[in-house]
Amino acid sequence: MKALRRYLDKIKPTFSKGGKLGMFHSTFDAFESFMFVPNTVTHKGSHIRDGIDLKRTMSVVVLALMPALLFGMWNTGYQHFMSMGLTEQVSFWQTFWFGFWKVLPIVIVSYVVGLGIEFAFAQSRGHEVNEGFLVTGMLIPLIMPVDVPLWIVALATAFAVIIGKEVFGGTGMNVWNPALLARAFVFFAYPSHISGDKVWIASMIKGEGIIDGFSGATPLAIAANGTGETGANMTVEALQQQMPSVYDMFMGFIPGSIGETSKLAILLGAAILLITGIGSWRIMLATVVGGLGMGYLCNFLAVNPYMELPAYYHLLMGGFAFGAVFMATDPVSASQTNTGKWIYGLLLGIMIVIIRIFNPAYPEGVMLAILLMNTFAPLIDYYVVGANINRRLKRTKVQA
Amino acid sequence: MSQKEPLFSAKNLKLFTEPFNNGNPVTVLVLGICSALAVTVKLQPAIVMGLSVTIVTGFSSFIISLMRNTIPNRIRIIVQLVVVAALVILVDQVLKAYAYEVSKQLSVFVGLIITNCIIMGRIEAFALGNKPFPSLVDGLGNGAAYGMILVIVAFFRELLGSGTLLGFQIIPESWYIKNGGFYENNGLMILPPMALIVLGIIIWVQRSFNKSLVEK
Repeated sequence: MKALRRYLDKIKPTFSKGGKLGMFHSTFDAFESFMFVPNTVTHKGSHIRDGIDLKRTMSVVVLALMPALLFGMWNTGYQHFMSMGLTEQVSFWQTFWFGFWKVLPIVIVSYVVGLGIEFAFAQSRGHEVNEGFLVTGMLIPLIMPVDVPLWIVALATAFAVIIGKEVFGGTGMNVWNPALLARAFVFFAYPSHISGDKVWIASMIKGEGIIDGFSGATPLAIAANGTGETGANMTVEALQQQMPSVYDMFMGFIPGSIGETSKLAILLGAAILLITGIGSWRIMLATVVGGLGMGYLCNFLAVNPYMELPAYYHLLMGGFAFGAVFMATDPVSASQTNTGKWIYGLLLGIMIVIIRIFNPAYPEGVMLAILLMNTFAPLIDYYVVGANINRRLKRTKVQA
Repeated sequence: MSQKEPLFSAKNLKLFTEPFNNGNPVTVLVLGICSALAVTVKLQPAIVMGLSVTIVTGFSSFIISLMRNTIPNRIRIIVQLVVVAALVILVDQVLKAYAYEVSKQLSVFVGLIITNCIIMGRIEAFALGNKPFPSLVDGLGNGAAYGMILVIVAFFRELLGSGTLLGFQIIPESWYIKNGGFYENNGLMILPPMALIVLGIIIWVQRSFNKSLVEK
């Protein structure tokens, strides 16, 4: 560690203003502060500086994503061998390595493209490199189907970073969650790669050795059968029969985007975020309460088997848990005020269930609901702050 | 009595070239956005739309400028609307007669040329206070500059969204996934939001070349 510090101190003048490589100042700075806590001190006024700066915050979130990533790798292999009817013959490590080599390229492409653009913008604008992409780069692979072509990942990442973030002024200025914007880009630009029954399992789109009776449909796609004409002659028990068991959905032995399947792994991540105080418990709780509440309301008003599904099913299907823990709590695009966080989370949960149940075109509502609520977050904050000011003004008038 | 100006003086030429640069009606004044989103999915309708708007802007400015000293100020908007509407109907009928397929694709947007802010804007801002010939040049220039932006947006949207240009296949068929390749058309390009984003990128590029347009 000491040697590294000394080496950095030695080459620092080369990269400072006026140095030989002064133009790469921001790149050097990014690497230096990535490895060491910067020694900047506040000179004016009284401020408390925490050792946990933006880079350390981002690292904790990436750490919290690790269980979901590792499980996603294993599940990729598991689903693949299951589609071929080979789960009995392959070992745990064979399963894991298969998924590892499928997922790793997506992670690498996402980081290389995203960080490349970040560094280029920072250089050309003379800014320091922002750390925001560390988390986005990990989130993007986790919310993609495993069979998505790599050039589409690259294009979506570039779109999200340039149009979603740099145009607005970089990290901390974006209106929407960049990772979800990348997914929305794929969803609207290349719908055949991110919807349907075949994209969630590796190599299935190529029609590789699929055993009879294996469909590859996600729980959400099956649940969507419970609406419209097919749902009219079906009981909710019959629908639940078709879906994976609650245990499987909780543990994550189901097809889906890479990181979203295991609720257990996501809960582990949520625990890390909550203990370190980085994720907002208000948003997570409010989203769950909103989703459950809307689920119960649908049970109450049920006209088809999908609406009759137990409300907790919505927490287990698709990306609800992943979205509520990692996406909705993004400190930049969510509401900032505490009251605002409750409103934001509740509406988010409600929107997710509404889009899932009432819009047959979009079986999964989490992505669109979060992007929609991101759009409204500043408005919610505006009125919360306004209401607070009015309340306090009234108090002063009474005293006067 | 001032000296008679030559028809293509530097001043008149500038009236024509200015809209292509610092006075572009779409990227600088941000007028006529709605139709820029609606008709730019394919290149052909965009070109026809650009031509139609150029003709209407040019001749409406010319006609209004001829009448500018006789129009009572309080009813000038009505008079302008009558002139513009008459020209739009002429263009619409010509398109229906000679380019029926395109006119079907453009559907209501030909009729909606009448509501294009650029036309009324040029009449109000220029034609009412200038002689007929400069007004004609100014109108034609603004219409053509609008058409230029339309064509640029439509070029990218058709190329990336459909893989064609003017209906001809540009991206080789063998590249597509269904033929064993790797490529796929970008469905987002066909949707209206992408027109807005492409337009935004054009504005971005223009402003990075021309710093005087950047607002403080």
